[in-house]
Amino acid sequence: MEFGPGESQRLFDDALRGALAGRVTPESRRAAAAAGGDAALWQALCELGLAGVLVPEAQGGSGLGMMDAALAAEALGHAAASTPFLGSGVMAPLALRLLGGAAQQEEFLPRLVAGEMRVAIAFAALTGTTGTCDLRLRGERLSGRVTGALDAADATHLMVALPGGEALALLAADAPGVALVPRRSVDRLRPLADLAFESAPVAILPGDARRVLDAARVALAAETLGAAQSMLDGAVAYAGQRRQFGRPIASFQAVKHACAEMAAALEPCRALVWYAAHAQDAPEPEARMLAAQAKAHLDEVGREVARGATEVYGGMGFTELLGLPFWFKRIMANRQLLGGPERCRDDAALAQGMS
Amino acid sequence: MDLTLSDRHRALQAGLRDFIARHGHRSPPVGGGGGRVRPDRRVLDWQALLIEHGLAARAVPRQYGGYGADPDVLDAAIITEAFNRAGLSPGIQGQGIRMLVPTLLEVGTEAQRRRWIGPTIRGETIWCQGYSEPESGSDLASLRTHARVEDGHFVINGQKIWTSSAHYADMMFLLCRTEPEAPKHEGISYILLSMDTPGIEVRPLPTMTGHATFNEVFFTEARVPVENVVLGRGKGWQVANVTLKHERMLLGDASKLMHRVHRLRALLERVEVDGVALIRRPQWRERFLRLQGEALAMKYHQMRLLGEAAKGEEPGLGVLIVKYVGTVLAWKLTALAVDALGDAGLPYEPHDDVGEDDEATGWYADHMYDLGLIIGGGSSNIQKNIIAERGLGMPREPRVGTS
Ligand SMILES: Cc1cc2nc3c(=O)[nH]c(=O)nc-3n(C[C@H](O)[C@H](O)[C@H](O)COP(=O)(O)OP(=O)(O)OC[C@H]3O[C@@H](n4cnc5c(N)ncnc54)[C@H](O)[C@@H]3O)c2cc1C
Repeated sequence: MEFGPGESQRLFDDALRGALAGRVTPESRRAAAAAGGDAALWQALCELGLAGVLVPEAQGGSGLGMMDAALAAEALGHAAASTPFLGSGVMAPLALRLLGGAAQQEEFLPRLVAGEMRVAIAFAALTGTTGTCDLRLRGERLSGRVTGALDAADATHLMVALPGGEALALLAADAPGVALVPRRSVDRLRPLADLAFESAPVAILPGDARRVLDAARVALAAETLGAAQSMLDGAVAYAGQRRQFGRPIASFQAVKHACAEMAAALEPCRALVWYAAHAQDAPEPEARMLAAQAKAHLDEVGREVARGATEVYGGMGFTELLGLPFWFKRIMANRQLLGGPERCRDDAALAQGMS
Repeated sequence: MDLTLSDRHRALQAGLRDFIARHGHRSPPVGGGGGRVRPDRRVLDWQALLIEHGLAARAVPRQYGGYGADPDVLDAAIITEAFNRAGLSPGIQGQGIRMLVPTLLEVGTEAQRRRWIGPTIRGETIWCQGYSEPESGSDLASLRTHARVEDGHFVINGQKIWTSSAHYADMMFLLCRTEPEAPKHEGISYILLSMDTPGIEVRPLPTMTGHATFNEVFFTEARVPVENVVLGRGKGWQVANVTLKHERMLLGDASKLMHRVHRLRALLERVEVDGVALIRRPQWRERFLRLQGEALAMKYHQMRLLGEAAKGEEPGLGVLIVKYVGTVLAWKLTALAVDALGDAGLPYEPHDDVGEDDEATGWYADHMYDLGLIIGGGSSNIQKNIIAERGLGMPREPRVGTS
């Protein structure tokens, strides 16, 4: 019996955070923001096994669960790292595991683990997008348009949720009839793309695609948790150093209370994310509700912490000098991805029979 | 994360189903305005039944009258879940059971444990907490009620205020100054005393709920045997902090929050405006779901804290936030309830002592009492000071003009 990370999870977490601390620097973030990604970082993390967390051992992964993936996402958020973990480490492997056939699993999973395959994810059909999602499937050919595909930088493949949520389409990024227009997002470290298809040949993965969405929402919540925690830790440390009126600003009660408010809001989120992640593996009857609520709640708390922590830094927080806006923008963008909090709460309501 | 149910957990679940089917109807009604009456026969019988089945005082050792189970997060979660679903009372939650008993288990003498824990968990002995004074609220350590020692007795003089339940309590755990020469925090002792001691006068204070839930308590030459001190003279501040740790968990209890969430959902499903249930109206549903999200975080946070405590880990930031977050959230939940009741919820007819309040009165009494809990047990500002200083390591408040 253990609530929270077990021994081996803590060890992996330490290793991952260690690797990130060495590789993700202010300069590397700036370079990634300019280039639209950090391919070398992903390759290094794949060598650490990050892309194989959710891949069964038979296909070269470590066969772990969403708790492990959530811990990893938290660490990546904490580092404000530019990686395609959400798409290629969580959604694609999980989709293949849950909905893919044996042949597809054999074909794709080992390549995901190695980092050779990178999958851009277009789930707008299921997330209440305010953009465009106009997709038509004829036989095994996909036509139409969808905006806001995730993790599109260097994508070798595309995974597209089809309207209705009963299936996913998987295709090569360079398949005939595919047009991909890269978009620079508010979060420069997570580039997006708009996709257009004209009778593009796809493989169909039939089944409940919403389970992949649920897991991804937990991963996003975990990432926001890590990013917000990093902002709060930074703000507390900065407040201890910065002096005004002859004393550290951390000694002003208004500053202390602002930090206390953020800590009070953020600390319980950790257990919510853990449990929501755990529920995806079981899977529990409440798994969908918990995923939606975890995402919605972290979206709300994340926004408050992002604002409050930046305020503690004063003008320094508003500049690019400390790189603080990377975390701020990660939190801001995560809120809108895969359904904002209002949409998530709608989904949570449906999942618990309120219609 | 390993929450796999063992055979023992499954047996507990089966036992609970059986218990609820056989005894559920004997449960007293749940909650209501913060322990304003002495437990009646029904409550005491229910408590005895719960202890016998290991559903209350579960981790209190057998030799002190408890059930003697090892602390286990899943046990606690399984029991709470089952009781919440069935709408059953979780048993007595007073300051004696939730605050004094764990304090004695941590720092009491063997004799004190044997004497007080049994009757307290059974609800036979009711305790009140004598901390606050008219001049010492947030600045508790400035308290002035004092005792001198005379032939084996503390002789106590002074005044306490806001003392919940003192009007029917049997016993008090009291903070008073016994070492007048010692610095502020080192001159205080934590003393157990009978409310029947000559020289104690209790005057009820009416509160905004309309219930007299707390009191002023006056001490005039009240004599208490010296062996009733906990941990020793001058160690009272240390003991008070042990109690406070448990008070925080009690006041921010997540099972209570989840129970509120269940009741609130039922309310929103029932109340209709223009023939449409509130739960089907987006504004109401959105408000409910936001609070549900916050409550779920506290539910799992509590499981995490119980798990850490069971492993013997030092409590840190996680524990320090519970009172502040839990009481504010409790208030927000009852705020939604009174909003849902709308104008039809305004008739407020609380019973004095006995009898159950109607639903609207109950929600309003809870709502107002929730504000009391935001203030009591260390106000939100004081909690935030503690979170910042002890949880985040930020500089302490400058101390002005006190020793
Ligand atoms: C419902 C209820 C039940 C209670 N039950 C008990 C009981 O059983 N036993 C008992 O001993 N006491 C009890 N109390 C008393 C309670 O502990 C005190 O009311 C509380 O500690 C605050 O003290 P005070 O009322 O003197 O307010 P004050 O200390 O005067 O505080 C007034 C305001 O000033 C703020 N403030 C004070 N100091 C600071 C600071 N350093 N920084 C920022 N803000 C500050 C406070 O946050 C508060 O908002 C109860 C109170 C209530 C409301």
